[in-house]
Amino acid sequence: MSVFKPIIELRDVRKSFGTFEALKGINATIEEGEFFSLLGPSGCGKTTLLRMIAGFEPPTGGDIIIDGKSMDGISANRRPTNMVFQSYAIFPHLSVADNVGYGLKTKKLPKAEIKREVDKALSMVDLVGYGNRAAHELSGGQRQRVALARALVMRPKVILLDEPLSALDKKLRDQMQMELRDLQKTLGITFILVTHDQEEALIMSDRIAVMFEGQIAQLATPEELYRRPATKRVASFIGVMNFLDAAATSHDAAGLTLDIAALGKVTLPASAIPPNVHPSQITKVGIRPEMLTLLFDHDDRAEKEITGEVVSSDYYGDMTYYSVQLPQLASPVTISMRNTAGRSIAAPGSPVRVGWGTESVVLFE
Amino acid sequence: MTRGLSRESRQGLTLIGLPFGFALIMLAAPLAMVITFSFWTQNYLDIDRTLTLANYQEVFSQPIYQTLLWRSLRISVIVTVVTVVLAFPIAYYLSFHVKRNKALWLFLITVPFWTSYLLRVFLWKVILGYNGVLNTALLEIGLIREPLTFILYNANAVVLTLAHAWAPFAILPIFVALEKIDRSLLEAAEDLGDGPFRRFWRITFPLAIPGVVAATLIVLIPTVGDFITPRLVGGTDGLMIANMIQIQFGKANNAPLGAALAVTSMVVVALISIAIYLVGRKIGGRVAR
Ligand SMILES: Nc1ncnc2c1ncn2[C@@H]1O[C@H](COP(=O)(O)OP(=O)(O)OP(=O)(O)O)[C@@H](O)[C@H]1O
Ligand SMILES: [Mg+2]
Repeated sequence: MSVFKPIIELRDVRKSFGTFEALKGINATIEEGEFFSLLGPSGCGKTTLLRMIAGFEPPTGGDIIIDGKSMDGISANRRPTNMVFQSYAIFPHLSVADNVGYGLKTKKLPKAEIKREVDKALSMVDLVGYGNRAAHELSGGQRQRVALARALVMRPKVILLDEPLSALDKKLRDQMQMELRDLQKTLGITFILVTHDQEEALIMSDRIAVMFEGQIAQLATPEELYRRPATKRVASFIGVMNFLDAAATSHDAAGLTLDIAALGKVTLPASAIPPNVHPSQITKVGIRPEMLTLLFDHDDRAEKEITGEVVSSDYYGDMTYYSVQLPQLASPVTISMRNTAGRSIAAPGSPVRVGWGTESVVLFE
Repeated sequence: MTRGLSRESRQGLTLIGLPFGFALIMLAAPLAMVITFSFWTQNYLDIDRTLTLANYQEVFSQPIYQTLLWRSLRISVIVTVVTVVLAFPIAYYLSFHVKRNKALWLFLITVPFWTSYLLRVFLWKVILGYNGVLNTALLEIGLIREPLTFILYNANAVVLTLAHAWAPFAILPIFVALEKIDRSLLEAAEDLGDGPFRRFWRITFPLAIPGVVAATLIVLIPTVGDFITPRLVGGTDGLMIANMIQIQFGKANNAPLGAALAVTSMVVVALISIAIYLVGRKIGGRVAR
């Protein structure tokens, strides 16, 4: 996929409910065949934006362009998008097959063709033989699949999904995440997923728009978001992040020298400084829990070392999360360690050597 | 009307068990009496208790009774159709377009019920009469030269009066059925390509059928047996079966024949109601509630 074609363009899209501004100017371009996620805390406007793309709510400003055409004044039934509703919205008076074939009937396709397409869509979502079931005879996961099949069968340019997995239990959700992702890659249809679950967004998406209070805070690939969060807020929303006070002491061609609380002075190479970061304005830096290491063995070595004391530990099976108090810090930092064979868990109160490196340090705007 | 609802109604039945039992006794006793009476005969004031089918023979052989029964059915079917067809848009508007103060609107719909049924029938008489409000007004503005006579003392007046009286009973069940429809179903239908018209017939209406069936039965059953309205505004052309039953029990001194007429019309109404219920269930499809 080398030639990218924009399928959806959001140009300064705004939405107000009365005096309340739910969306304050959204700009984004979504590529054809992309798995795009809208991620953000509750109430940040994800659903509102998705519903505006679907055509259920008119924007109060800006323009939504789908497949090169402005959607201004075009109602939901004439847009090349289909939605998978959070509640699934399965028609209760129709069978599974009639639900899936609903849109094809509107298109006035011949009966035989509808049946063929419906069967195909049902097999895509692993529901072969369920066509005659009534809606209330399905489990939550099956209803979710019917809702997906009903959208897939229309072969839209874009499928919109509003928290489609939030009603499922964890195990089923993990499985559906993989299935959705695989299906999207096989079919090449653009998916826009709304979620407030950062893990879900990271696993499934090609790109993620992180939203806070009606604005996109950062739009990037999952890796970029995790490794180079643009702001402190994004950094704390995606995964766990330790924040340490810091200030720039010198900045020249050789690099940026920072004085970080507890860790001391460190010089980062110029290439490690994101373009949106102004060194003089740095007040805090971030370090991910997995970028700090507990040096258990005598001969464990790291680029830099500091001594601290274990406050507490949380055991997660494959991982252990330690709270470690470092000298001169008000609150302990979080350090995650993989539980490899033969590694014991450090007891609270025991002194530990903490290893880190210049690569561990994350800078924000 | 399917499994889901019957569980709900079973819970309901447990709750109303006691009053239900009371009602059953109070209903069953008179009902048993009426049925027994219908197999006896009466000669002036003497009741002959030998069981006979003579009353039913008379009911089915005398054309007057069949005419009255047919007319009752025809009038009540027309009343029901008119009421339900008019009630549907009102319920729809209330459910889908009134955003605030729905309760106030529902309250306003019940305002006519603050006066008695009898009074309301009388009011229609005042409105529709030869020198009534309507005729006077139409004469005054010159739309007619002579008072209209086809609006009172005939079947039309009965239909009009009954439809007005029963409208809220039709609006409420339809409103409730419409309120129950998950709005995201309507959005899903639109999303799948339906315009408002197709969407109405494919989603909204089928899901409202339980309410429409309820409204139909609620209006149809009592109107077949109504006797106040035909008596007051129906004239001779507008008399219905209940008026005849009343005459048999009263002036004609033939309670057994009246009872036979009552039982016959009861059976006919029951059969029609069952038919409506079954048809509604069939077109209502597999609605799980
Ligand atoms: N019809 C409406 N009228 C008034 N305010 C609304 C309306 N719809 C949404 N809002 C407001 O707009 C904001 C964004 O709502 P939205 O439903 O888009 O949030 P969300 O990001 O999807 O949240 P969640 O994760 O909880 O679903 C919220 O503050 C909400 O209260
Ligand atoms: Mg939402």
